[in-house]
Amino acid sequence: MKYIKTLAGSNLKNTLAKGGCGECQTSCQSACKTSCTVGNQKCENK
Amino acid sequence: MVKDNRIHKYFLNDHYIVLDINSGAVHVVDRIVYDILDYYTSRPLEEIIHLLEDEYDSNSIIEAYGEIKELEKEGLLFSEDVDTAKIKYNQDNIVKALCLHVSHDCNLRCKYCFASQGDFKGERSLMSLQVGKRALEFLVENSGNRRNLEVDFFGGEPLMNFELVKELVYYGRELEKNTNKHFRFTITTNGVLLDDEKIDFINEHMDNVVLSLDGRKEVNDKMRKTVNDQGSYDIIISKFKDLVNKRKDKDYYIRGTFTSYNLDFSQDALHFYNEGFKKISIEPVVTSPDEDYALKEEHLDTILNEYEKFSKDYIEIKKKDKEFLFFHFMIDLKQGPCLAKRSIGCGAGSEYMAVTPQGELYPCHQFVGNEKFKLGDVFNGVNNLALREEFKRANVYNKEECSNCWAKFYCSGGCHANNYNTNNDIMEPYKVGCEMEKKRIECAISILANLS
Repeated sequence: MKYIKTLAGSNLKNTLAKGGCGECQTSCQSACKTSCTVGNQKCENK
Repeated sequence: MVKDNRIHKYFLNDHYIVLDINSGAVHVVDRIVYDILDYYTSRPLEEIIHLLEDEYDSNSIIEAYGEIKELEKEGLLFSEDVDTAKIKYNQDNIVKALCLHVSHDCNLRCKYCFASQGDFKGERSLMSLQVGKRALEFLVENSGNRRNLEVDFFGGEPLMNFELVKELVYYGRELEKNTNKHFRFTITTNGVLLDDEKIDFINEHMDNVVLSLDGRKEVNDKMRKTVNDQGSYDIIISKFKDLVNKRKDKDYYIRGTFTSYNLDFSQDALHFYNEGFKKISIEPVVTSPDEDYALKEEHLDTILNEYEKFSKDYIEIKKKDKEFLFFHFMIDLKQGPCLAKRSIGCGAGSEYMAVTPQGELYPCHQFVGNEKFKLGDVFNGVNNLALREEFKRANVYNKEECSNCWAKFYCSGGCHANNYNTNNDIMEPYKVGCEMEKKRIECAISILANLS
C-alpha cells in the first residue's frame, strides 16, 4: 500500500479458535506487581 | 467529524498511528489517511474530497480512501466487536500461579509499602516448610493440565526466610518428576541480605528476579528507609550490580516505584540504565489518595508528558542498544496473547493467588491482610466461591468503563487492587491508572513504529 503501513495485521478474533489455553505467564507476576499489562506478554501456543 | 469507537488514532513521535480495536491490527498511516478517517464512516467519498480539497488533490484522496476500504474488507479496520459468549473463562477453576509470602517481615521501612512495612497489618511471621510444601502441592493439584506453573517468592522480604526458599525450590523440582509440571520460580527482593551464595542460588534457579530500588539515590532514600531511618541505596546498589553481572542472559527487572515526589521518573529509569541495568520497570505507586505521595489527577498532565518525553529518549537509546527494556514500553504486536487472555487480565482470584505465611489464600498480594478478601487456605482449598466468581467476572466485558475503551485489549481491565483502593469496587477502573496505561500503550506502539 502507498499510504498505509500495517505493523500488525493478524486478526485477534482468529485466536478465539484455539486461544485461552492458559499456558502463558500470569501478567502481574512477571515484573510489575502493581499494574496489569497484558499486551506485552508472549503467547506460548504458537 | 464523527468519532468511531471501533478505531483509535493518534500522532506521536513523528508518526500517525491507527489502531483497529477489535482485530488488534495496528497501522502507521500518512496524514491524508489520518484525515480521511475523520469522515470515512459518516460521509460519502465525494463529500470527503470536497472537505479535504484544500489539503490534498482528489486523486490522492481517492487512492487513500481505497486503501482504507481494502483494510476494512480484510477485517483490519472498523472491525466489529467480538461475540463474548465464545469466551469461557477458567470454567475448571484452574490455578497456575502463586505468590508465596514466605516472610511477613521486612528489613526496610519503605514509606509507601502496601504491606505496612512488611507485616501486612498482622503479626510479623515467617512461612513454615509445612505450609510452603503444601502450597506447592495445592498448586499442582489445582492446575489441571497446565504444565507451566509460576511461583513468586515474595514478602515482606523473602531473603529473610531464604532457607525456606531453597527448600521449596528443591521440593518443586521433586514434584516435577512425577507430575509433568514445570515450575517457573521468581523472587522479588529489596537486596539488603544478598550475598554471593544467595546470588548464585537465585541466578541458578529463578526464571526471573525483581530487584526493588527506586532509581536516583536521593529519590530512593526519601522513601526506602532502613529500620534506623537511614537511606538504603548505598547498601543495595552494588549487590544488585553483582547479581545482574553474574546473571548473564537470564531475565531480571530492576523495579522502582514512582510517587508524587518524583514525577520526573524517567530520570530514575535513565539512572538505572547509566548504572548498567538494561531491564527496567518504574511503576506508579498504589496507595490511598489521602497520602501526600499519592498520584492524583492534578499530577496527570505532568506524568503523561513524562512518558512521552521518555519515549523519545527510549527510541534514541534503542537505536544503539537493543537490550534496553522498559517494562511498560514493551509490546508484542505479532506474538502477543490471544483474545481470551486479553479479555481476562491478570487472573487474580482465580488462576493467580497469594499465600500468607499461615497458608491463607487471597486473590493477590495486594489484598493480603484484608479479611473480607480471604478465599480459603492451601489445606482446605478455596471456600469463598462467591468471591472467586466476583474476580472471574471482573473482565473487560463486564466492566462498563472498559467495554467502551480503545485500550481494553492491551491493558485487560487494569489492576483490581488499584480499582478497589480508589473506588472500593474492583469493577470500577482507577481513572488515573487508565490514563497512564493508555499513554504507555501509545508510547509503546509509537516506539515500534519508529524502530521497525
